[in-house]
Amino acid sequence: MRGLEHDAAGWAWQSAPYAALVADVRGRIVRANDALRRLLPRAVPGAALQDAVPVWLARAHTAGVVTVPPPAAPDRGPHRHPPAGPQPACGVIGGRVFEARPVAGPDPGVVVWWLADSTEFVQLSGELEAERGRTAFLSEASNELLSSLNPDRCVEVVAALAARHLSDAAMVILPKEGHRYPVAYCGPGGTVTREKLAVDVRLVPGLAEALQGLPSAPSRRIDPAAVPAWMARDLGEPGSAMVTALPGQGVPAGALVLLRRPGRAPISEGDELAARLFAARAGAAISAARLYAEQAAVTETLTRELMPPRTQHLGGAELAARYRPATATDLVGGDFYDLHPAADPGGESLVVLGDVCGKGLEAAVLTGKIRNTLHALLPLAADHQRMLGVLNEVLLTGDRDRFVTMVLASVRGEDDRVRLRLTSAGHPPPLILRSGGGVESAPTQGTLVGMLDDITSTTATVYLEPGDTCLMYTDGITEAFGGPLGDEMFGEQRLVEELEGCSGMPPEALTERVQMLASEWVGGGDHDDMAVIAITAPRATAGGGTAPAPRSVRPPSPGRGPA
Amino acid sequence: MSGGRDLGRWADRLWAAATAGDEQAAVGVARDALDAGVDMEALLLDVVGAVQARVGAEWAANRISVTQEHVVTAVNERVIAALADHPGARRREGSARGRLAVACVDGEWHALPARLLAEVLRLRGWTVDYLGAQVPTQHLVSYLHRTGPDAIALSSSIATRLPAAHAAIAACRATGTPVLVGGAAYGPGGRYARLLGADAWAPDARAAADLLARGLPRRPPAPPQAAGRLPHLDDQEYTLLTRSSADLVRELMDELERRHPAVARYTPRQRQATAEDLAHVVEFLAASLYVDDPELFSGFLTWTASILTARDVPTGFLLSALDLLARRLTGLPRAAGVLAHAREVLCGGLVPAPVPGPGKPE
Repeated sequence: MRGLEHDAAGWAWQSAPYAALVADVRGRIVRANDALRRLLPRAVPGAALQDAVPVWLARAHTAGVVTVPPPAAPDRGPHRHPPAGPQPACGVIGGRVFEARPVAGPDPGVVVWWLADSTEFVQLSGELEAERGRTAFLSEASNELLSSLNPDRCVEVVAALAARHLSDAAMVILPKEGHRYPVAYCGPGGTVTREKLAVDVRLVPGLAEALQGLPSAPSRRIDPAAVPAWMARDLGEPGSAMVTALPGQGVPAGALVLLRRPGRAPISEGDELAARLFAARAGAAISAARLYAEQAAVTETLTRELMPPRTQHLGGAELAARYRPATATDLVGGDFYDLHPAADPGGESLVVLGDVCGKGLEAAVLTGKIRNTLHALLPLAADHQRMLGVLNEVLLTGDRDRFVTMVLASVRGEDDRVRLRLTSAGHPPPLILRSGGGVESAPTQGTLVGMLDDITSTTATVYLEPGDTCLMYTDGITEAFGGPLGDEMFGEQRLVEELEGCSGMPPEALTERVQMLASEWVGGGDHDDMAVIAITAPRATAGGGTAPAPRSVRPPSPGRGPA
Repeated sequence: MSGGRDLGRWADRLWAAATAGDEQAAVGVARDALDAGVDMEALLLDVVGAVQARVGAEWAANRISVTQEHVVTAVNERVIAALADHPGARRREGSARGRLAVACVDGEWHALPARLLAEVLRLRGWTVDYLGAQVPTQHLVSYLHRTGPDAIALSSSIATRLPAAHAAIAACRATGTPVLVGGAAYGPGGRYARLLGADAWAPDARAAADLLARGLPRRPPAPPQAAGRLPHLDDQEYTLLTRSSADLVRELMDELERRHPAVARYTPRQRQATAEDLAHVVEFLAASLYVDDPELFSGFLTWTASILTARDVPTGFLLSALDLLARRLTGLPRAAGVLAHAREVLCGGLVPAPVPGPGKPE
């Protein structure tokens, strides 16, 4: 029985699909199975390992025999050996990679070596690692690229990422602006420089095509000798270089040039793939940033006009205005205000505060129409009713479901008082704050503009004594909804009560206070546009008049004429 | 150069002019100070800044009204504007430094500290965009995308705005812009600044300018998925409390009326003021939960008690409010802990940590 078992085991060992050999303490081969012999024909019993097997295996045997493996250490410090036990060795036999695992034999120093072909495993591991590296890089790149919608910053990020992960230096070349190409270069040090260069891109093979954004030729390697100095910079002549198009969204976003140092491995196919994937993301990010910048510029142009300076001196009066758009995302709201300083010294200035129904671009277009019309109608400003009537006719020619409410205020300084002519067209009437306390509503009312064929309104003439203020506001203030209990409108009554405690405030402080009260009333909730204008008759200064006036609060002297 | 005592004298003169609402006299004081050799930065921070600090203290002590407070602030703003045109306001150093933005977070109305910082940074050679008070976070982000400054400084003086500040900090950092924060809201030693993910904190404008002079904070890396997460918020107590705050305030009002007959006889205006006070209590409790620091809440209550005492308003209702909240919020253990701590501090069981005033509760 025993013999049979022995024979069966021996036969199994001899014909196992894995190569195996037994070597003794002196490095001599005791046995070798068939698979091993096919691999290493000289490995016959009795042969010395160093003559019969590759050096790496012979050395592993000597090392394993001589060094007694240390006992398992409970301390798992980072630099300790891994847990005890004979370590597998790894090396090449006949062009393939083998892993040799030692198993302690029956006698001291005798070792059975099992060899397994791990060529595919090693290759796949390498590819997996490279792939993981690329994925990690692309994921990091996407994060960084998505973070900024600023075109300049975005281009800098692209150059820096490419230099750090794909090459030693990188240059992003953007489509021509005028006669120059904006470029961003990141050298091996990681510092990015941006400039505009007047260069001939046709001299660099592939660059002009990449800049055209043609999808057919997305990337190509460049002969290092053909890389011009303006591109290679501190790198000198690169060891290898390639150019990739940065595909934009319908428009060319530019080109990316990768430059590697002479000593470094040249750009491989895998690198090229990673570069193309990166370029796709970078191109999308750059064009998104550019589109965003254009969009933001348009919005800014539309809104800049709607928000004149916050404080102004206007024909003997001080004026302050504040505007807070409705939803934070909607920069173009429906409220607007306009200041038209007097054409002649001593003349009337016109202040307009309006609220167009609707929001966004359509409201902005209607607002533009109203403001242009009113500007053209300035010669009629002495007659508010006529002005509103003509505006009404103009608006009726358009869409009838769009209308506007507004207040017109004609302002003129008379000695130290300010005379106001106030007309409301469907708008909350202005409030007058007296410096000695007391708040009154200006007696004006009228029809809103742009909906009915006939409109009417009454004009109130009000005098502001020094320290008095006229407050104009849009219904975003009074209709602010919230409060400590979250269920109340701010309301005109509350506004008046609050203003009663505000007499004598400078106009900018007053407008800020009103906006603050209404905003805090709303809390975190939604609100409409909030616009506030305060017109104040300056108080006589208590300083005794010794200091020269730091600025003119009057129109220029009559001799000069209007500017 | 002027010593501290001289600066104090200039501050006294400016205070007198500003409380009188006399802009011309105030600008005159500032110009005289410059002519007398006072350094522009010292004038801004140790004279104008000192007057502004005094406004808060005087208001807290009920020695000036809200109106006067606004008047002084407005006059100070005008003084700063006049100084910006002065030859002394020319940059001390070349303009080779980068571009910075200075703003107040959404809901923050105390703009003057940010304004002073903007002026000081300009003096020190930076290109500064001053965005003003209460900038909605979306506007902040769109500004950053458009302009791409090297860093942004965010100012917050009221602790209830810390959640908004947190959102603003995260949004700014997500654009790759480093964020420097400052202001009383960040607590003693800026203890909430790092918690909320700021790249740097400075106790005042001078320290902020010095910090930036030593080098810009590094651009934050692209944000990982869970950037800015505060693990203690996982218990949802902050969310639950803020969601039910209006109901809570209403219940507190009803209960106070039952307990204190005087409250039932309040005028509508007094009732509104009381409701607003209660809403503030709840807001500060929420902020305290948000940063997980009971001292934020107890500090606010101690300060409120001193404000009420200065106005001869009995503080008993604060304790009543605490008890009612504690009974109502038994399901929120962290809130219960904060309330218990506050009660101890308010009753004198503990000496409160010296917390600077959380700002005017408006």
